[in-house]
Amino acid sequence: MKKTLALLASTSLISVGSAAFAVDLEVTHWWTSGGEAAAVGEFARLFNETTDHTWVDGAIAGSGGTARPIMIGRITGGDPMGATQFNHGRQAEELVEAGLMLDLTDLAEAEGWLDFVNPTSLLDSCTLDGRIYCVPINIHSWQWLWLSHKAYEDVGLPVPTNWDEFVAAAPALEEAGKIPLAVGQQPWQSTGAFGVMSIALAGTDAWKAVHIDQNAEVAAGPDYARVFEAAAQARGFAARSNVQDWNQATNMVITGQAGGQIMGDWAQGEFQVAGLVAGEDYSCLPGLGVNEIISTGGDAFYFPKVNDPEVEAAQLELASLMISKEAQVAFNLKKGSLPVRGDIDLTAANDCMQKGLEILATGNILPDANQTFSPDTQGQIEDLMVEFWNDPNFSAEDAQRQYAEIIARAD
Amino acid sequence: MSRARRGSAAMRPPIRLFRNLSSKLAAIPMVLVGLGVFVGGTAWTIVHSFTDSRLLPRLRWVGLDQYERLWSTRRWLVSIENLAVYGVVSLVLTMCLGFFLAALLDRKIRYEDTFRTIFLYPFALSFIVTGLVWQWILNPDFGIQSIARGLGFSTFNFDPLYNPDLVIIGLLIAGLWQGTGLIMVIMLAGLRGIDEDIWKATRVDGIPVWKTYIIVIIPMMKPVFVTALVLVTSGIVKLYDLVVAMTSGGPGIASEVPAKYVYDTLFTRQNLGQGFAASTMMLVTVAIILIPWAYMQFREKRQ
Repeated sequence: MKKTLALLASTSLISVGSAAFAVDLEVTHWWTSGGEAAAVGEFARLFNETTDHTWVDGAIAGSGGTARPIMIGRITGGDPMGATQFNHGRQAEELVEAGLMLDLTDLAEAEGWLDFVNPTSLLDSCTLDGRIYCVPINIHSWQWLWLSHKAYEDVGLPVPTNWDEFVAAAPALEEAGKIPLAVGQQPWQSTGAFGVMSIALAGTDAWKAVHIDQNAEVAAGPDYARVFEAAAQARGFAARSNVQDWNQATNMVITGQAGGQIMGDWAQGEFQVAGLVAGEDYSCLPGLGVNEIISTGGDAFYFPKVNDPEVEAAQLELASLMISKEAQVAFNLKKGSLPVRGDIDLTAANDCMQKGLEILATGNILPDANQTFSPDTQGQIEDLMVEFWNDPNFSAEDAQRQYAEIIARAD
Repeated sequence: MSRARRGSAAMRPPIRLFRNLSSKLAAIPMVLVGLGVFVGGTAWTIVHSFTDSRLLPRLRWVGLDQYERLWSTRRWLVSIENLAVYGVVSLVLTMCLGFFLAALLDRKIRYEDTFRTIFLYPFALSFIVTGLVWQWILNPDFGIQSIARGLGFSTFNFDPLYNPDLVIIGLLIAGLWQGTGLIMVIMLAGLRGIDEDIWKATRVDGIPVWKTYIIVIIPMMKPVFVTALVLVTSGIVKLYDLVVAMTSGGPGIASEVPAKYVYDTLFTRQNLGQGFAASTMMLVTVAIILIPWAYMQFREKRQ
């Protein structure tokens, strides 16, 4: 502790000596896996190189669920960091309403964020009463079915090209002792897989009615009944996948123990690290191959108010840097996510990422569930899903009835 | 407050208040902290459980809505049921095992110190460590099941943490392993407080040892049992870290507990109102246990 203090004191003295307005800006986030850390390292590198300020990394291990309470606690407790990550959506909504976040509108107008941020719905999530409070930095979409070519070769079947073929091929995989669908035990994974199925199988209109208009009748209706039946089927396919973490489940697909996995585009990094080639060793089907669409989840940075003009200036510089072309390319290539700017060239991106970019260009996009539902509603859906996926006696009808009840109360 | 002291206060002039002034002044900060943190915090929590506070507390009243929602939430009901099962079984077993081990140690055995250390040692570990250790021991691929299968019992099946019906047993095993030692030590202290003459008297009367324990010693140890009971019960209501370390509430929601519901609702789901309603219900549970105990304690003193 003493040493740290001494170190801090000495560094701040030196920086005061060299540049009058240099600020140590602490940035908190929950990117701790290999690829994620490398990606955020790009931001730190650019920030340290191009400005006088210093990036102080405040990575919080665990996951968003662990990190967010710590971040919120620090902001509401009067010990704000320089900048902090949240997901696109409503996680920081009340902090913004309470006036705890720095208003970025002037910077956004000066740089013309509205002109190049694509899709613009990302900025909408950052906006409250016409003012902009966060910088969107990437797009992560959930809508992917990852398929192992090896698993299907082993049983002598062609690799499925959509969900129906996947379902038809499942019994053959099971006979060969493989797991058709790998799903980790963490609640968010089954909830996410269900979300992907609902967009693909219930269709965009029904999904919008439930998520945006919060129409409980549609949630109880026939479109969603199909989704719940498919989910019950998928539950059977995943019955023997006893892994916890998503990357363990992805690893089953990589090694050919499992046929496929429904997981967001962050799974891409795992395939890359394992040296697999998209299209040859594995396939990715956006929207389960049924409904080619991607949801625009992802991450954004918020800048808590500190009432110190020097720190504020540094915060604005960081905000401007994060959305700059250079940083967007460097960060997103390492992260495997899509950039938020429509005006940059990502030729270095691989097959699956290109597919995502194409869909993004055609505008087949939907908001992420985190953008449409409050964390409270999301949590209730998670509770329902985790119970449904783990209890084979939980019927699709019961689950749908409870789901509709949650939607009726949703906010 | 005992009757004796109240009586003397009434007889003497009010100047009595200033006796031991310095020690009373010294106690003021503690009293204030106690009132502010415990009473004030509790009142604040209860008040806000009647609001629709989300991420930040605010006073917008919604009456009993939070409680209605709480009692119609499946996860909460499962949590309560789990806590009840865990509570009753762990209470009975901890007390019985604790007393039994203490009685064995009290038979003037050799290496008593060694055994006492062994039994008490798990208590030195936090619930998180206990949970992680037992998670590995009970893991079917690495723990007991794989060892038994390795020894040739190829159909041996023991994976409580992956079976929704048995998961509570897995928690109980770990909880008992951790908590029994402390109760044993408390019981042992109680047994040591029993006068040697009582043992001599029962021996003269020819009462068998086991009967002496049941009809003489245990009734004499009532205060010790009450203390142990309160310790065990308050530990049960707080059950949280063991579950997080062992199962994170799974499989499904089969091993959820109320404290975990409170934490998740307050912090990850950003719903303070709902979390406060749940924690108020937990407080009510504790009060139901503590009030009879406090009543008993005070009544004894008065007699």
